[in-house]
Amino acid sequence: MTPGGQWVRLGAAQRSDIEFSLDGEPAKARLGDTLLTAILLVRSRLSMTRSTDPHAGFCLMGACQECWVSADERPVRACSTLLAPGMRVVTRRHAAGD
Amino acid sequence: MKERVDVDVAIVGGGIAGCCAALRMRRSGLSVCLLEKGAVGSQASGVNFGGVRQQGRDFAELPLSRRSRELWGRLPELVGSDCEFVASGHIKLARSDADVEALDRYAAGAADHGLALELIGRARLRRDYPWLGEHVVGASLAPTDGHANPRLVAPAFGRAARAAGADVREFTRVEEVVRDGDRFRVRAGAIEVASTFLVNAAGAWGGAIAAAFGEPVPIATIAPNMLVTEPLPPLLTRSIGVCGGDIYLRQVPRGNVVFGGGHAWVDLDQERARPLTEISTCAMAEALRIVPALASALVIRSWTGIEGQMPDHLPVIGFSRTTPNLVHAFGFSGHGFQLGPAIGMILDELVREGASESPLDAFDIGRFHNSAQPPHAAGPHNGG
Amino acid sequence: MTDPTTVVVGAGPAGIRAAEALVRHGLRVVVLDESARAGGQIYRQPPDAFERAYAKRYGFEARKARALHDAAARVLPLADYRPSTLVWNVWQRALDVTRDGRIERVPFDALVLATGATDRLMPIPGWTRAGVYSLGGAQIALKYQDCAIGRRIALLGTGPLLYLVAFQYRKAGANVVAVLDTAPAAAKRRALPQLAASPRTLAKGIFYRAWLASRRVTIEEGVVPLDIAGGERVDAVRYRRDGVERRIDCDAVALGFGLRSETQLADLAGCVFEFDAQDAQWLPRRDADGETSVPGVYVAGDGAGIGGADAAELWGERVGLAIAQRHGRAGADARIAAIDRRLARLARFRAALDRAFAIPALPPGDDTVVCRCESVRAGAARAAIRDFGVVDVNRLKALTRVGMGRCQGRMCGLAAAALVAAESGRDVAAAGRLRAQPPIKPLVMMPSLAPVPARGPSAPQGAAERSTP
Repeated sequence: MTPGGQWVRLGAAQRSDIEFSLDGEPAKARLGDTLLTAILLVRSRLSMTRSTDPHAGFCLMGACQECWVSADERPVRACSTLLAPGMRVVTRRHAAGD
Repeated sequence: MKERVDVDVAIVGGGIAGCCAALRMRRSGLSVCLLEKGAVGSQASGVNFGGVRQQGRDFAELPLSRRSRELWGRLPELVGSDCEFVASGHIKLARSDADVEALDRYAAGAADHGLALELIGRARLRRDYPWLGEHVVGASLAPTDGHANPRLVAPAFGRAARAAGADVREFTRVEEVVRDGDRFRVRAGAIEVASTFLVNAAGAWGGAIAAAFGEPVPIATIAPNMLVTEPLPPLLTRSIGVCGGDIYLRQVPRGNVVFGGGHAWVDLDQERARPLTEISTCAMAEALRIVPALASALVIRSWTGIEGQMPDHLPVIGFSRTTPNLVHAFGFSGHGFQLGPAIGMILDELVREGASESPLDAFDIGRFHNSAQPPHAAGPHNGG
Repeated sequence: MTDPTTVVVGAGPAGIRAAEALVRHGLRVVVLDESARAGGQIYRQPPDAFERAYAKRYGFEARKARALHDAAARVLPLADYRPSTLVWNVWQRALDVTRDGRIERVPFDALVLATGATDRLMPIPGWTRAGVYSLGGAQIALKYQDCAIGRRIALLGTGPLLYLVAFQYRKAGANVVAVLDTAPAAAKRRALPQLAASPRTLAKGIFYRAWLASRRVTIEEGVVPLDIAGGERVDAVRYRRDGVERRIDCDAVALGFGLRSETQLADLAGCVFEFDAQDAQWLPRRDADGETSVPGVYVAGDGAGIGGADAAELWGERVGLAIAQRHGRAGADARIAAIDRRLARLARFRAALDRAFAIPALPPGDDTVVCRCESVRAGAARAAIRDFGVVDVNRLKALTRVGMGRCQGRMCGLAAAALVAAESGRDVAAAGRLRAQPPIKPLVMMPSLAPVPARGPSAPQGAAERSTP
């Protein structure tokens, strides 16, 4: 099994790099990426909580509500939110539980 | 083709009161038919906040409430499930000096009625409940109070009643109730129930039944405005209320915080109710002030349902003033959930013995009429 | 009579064409859309930073996509267009919406609900693993973000979208390992004569399939899904075809069994619903003008019943014209008649498509998660249905938490109703539908959401306390 991100970029992207922080660690993605894209290009899931929970996004259109993360301390849906330079993204919104 | 049912007791209304009564009466050996127009527990009993609370009640309710609390602790034995009842304790919050005085006064009176409350000052509040907002200056703790899942309780009692042999008819709307000689006749869709006793546990519709027997009461229709968050990490260690009653919160085992306050829109004739945005946003704002850590939680749903309220906010419990063998138990004014199990016992006592060991004078239907007639305290041995 | 203000909810194909018809007739329009850019899902526009390569991004639909986007660019500046606005409630002829963290009330004289659709899901063992996406979601990853959902992708379910997405993925260079269709080949063959009534659409479908086969993508029909296997991530899809158990190794699955309409706002608006046997879901009743049982409330597009993008555009225009006519605008009769003829033809084609790609009966095993949000398994649901004599899906929700999660039943509601029906021995219509409750999507608790009152809703001291629960 390939380690690393679940998703794969297709084609050559002409979009500029963006730096942001992901769960406290520096990370990189591209202008125009949503938070979900940025996270799933480097990870297999959104959050590191219980493995029985669905945590890698699902519907990508704002219906399933499974991709809520925190961006600059605001709760947002990762699939519907564009990454901004310097954004502080935290995938585990709460200390424990969901 | 009418189905005819003949029982000792016909119960109109499958809320917590009616279902508890059905179970209790079966255990006493009475034959029972319960008629519910929807699914049991779908109105007040199913949509309320879920508080299982003695604190804050009118003192007249405290004996019933204490009696009920003992039964709540035995839910698994009674109905095979704890229905998520948690004896978390209930804190009633003071947000002003006047509130603190009110809590003091209530605690003193409650002690006289056998309810022990602990008053909590500011320092202990900060230490024991650091998650409470800064504007909370004191509290009164009822350690044995708690909360449960209202969606589960009446259905659990209904199921237990059925298993005990009660004839529980859901989706069976009562169309007419009349006195027929020394019995009652209840017409409900395709069935006709003949009974010796009639229990009016019809909630917001209880007033219509009372009126049908010549004792109308000034019952109003209200609806709670309830909201719930997504599941959250454990935060609220107690069920929470406030002086003034404008907000209440609790955290369920799954982690969601249920909260509410104020009234939703309701229309009894249409049998419809809807939460109101203005009320919901007020509740959200106040919830955030009481528990600041709720900021950034998602509110995922709101709901409401239909309840009956009396002008003095006390229920109507006891014998009819006009009709022998008619017993009322309705109008619980938004706080009947905790009383449910005790009401079941009381209704059973009234039917079998003509009196209850619980004091019911304050709930007499006669208080709304200037009638000198005493209630019909009739039992099976007294045909009149 | 004064001109009405029409509020259009949704800036997809139906909403844009409704707004266009209204603007053309000089009527006031407010367009509210949850997304930042118009286009809906089928014609979703990627973020600004992406190049606008229509042919590459939309394939055969490039011309239609461009036409719709151009229409939006023309019309929306002439309307009161509010993107990034969530509509979460309807009450007394106004909408509750949230924008920039603030709640606003938007009144309407006429309301057009063009709320679109999401995938129709069915619980399959393992469908909650990381790496499983809805079919529509997989398409969005590609169209909206130029990404593939994995390195070895299997598509599982049924519907024409299955082949379209597989084609789009493979064409874009993603590794599509299999298309697993529950619908049998025989059903598609039987539907061919009716499908031929829309020859271009049929030709596209045949072309996608043939093209995939020529690239050696495994295509299987009449499959019975067994499970999506793996540990924390997807490893494989196991299924049965012709009695033989097979396995496809993959690291991502796109799952979908057609579409389901988003009808929560129509429910909250008080519209009467009817069970549509073809769509196998409850839909708001509408007349030939697209008006529901609530005067002045109209529905258009896939949010009113699955019809596809072309039908959505036509219905949107149809509803806009109906509203214009109601308010004295003349000259639309011929166009309305033409639209009605086209809609009738598209409906016939859609009926054939639904027969060709029938929704399979896939009763979940007791261990299969039905409600993703609350992790409720089918076995727990069945036990509750039996123990409490549940006959209605809302009762199942109350007793088991199915549908009580953040998605409010979007992903599980149809499967939950099917479970209630099967266990209680009734047809699925009798099991009812999950009733909408506001907010239809989550609201963030923020102090800015509402003004803070001095002391909550007013009630006399003492009385209010006695009446709290």
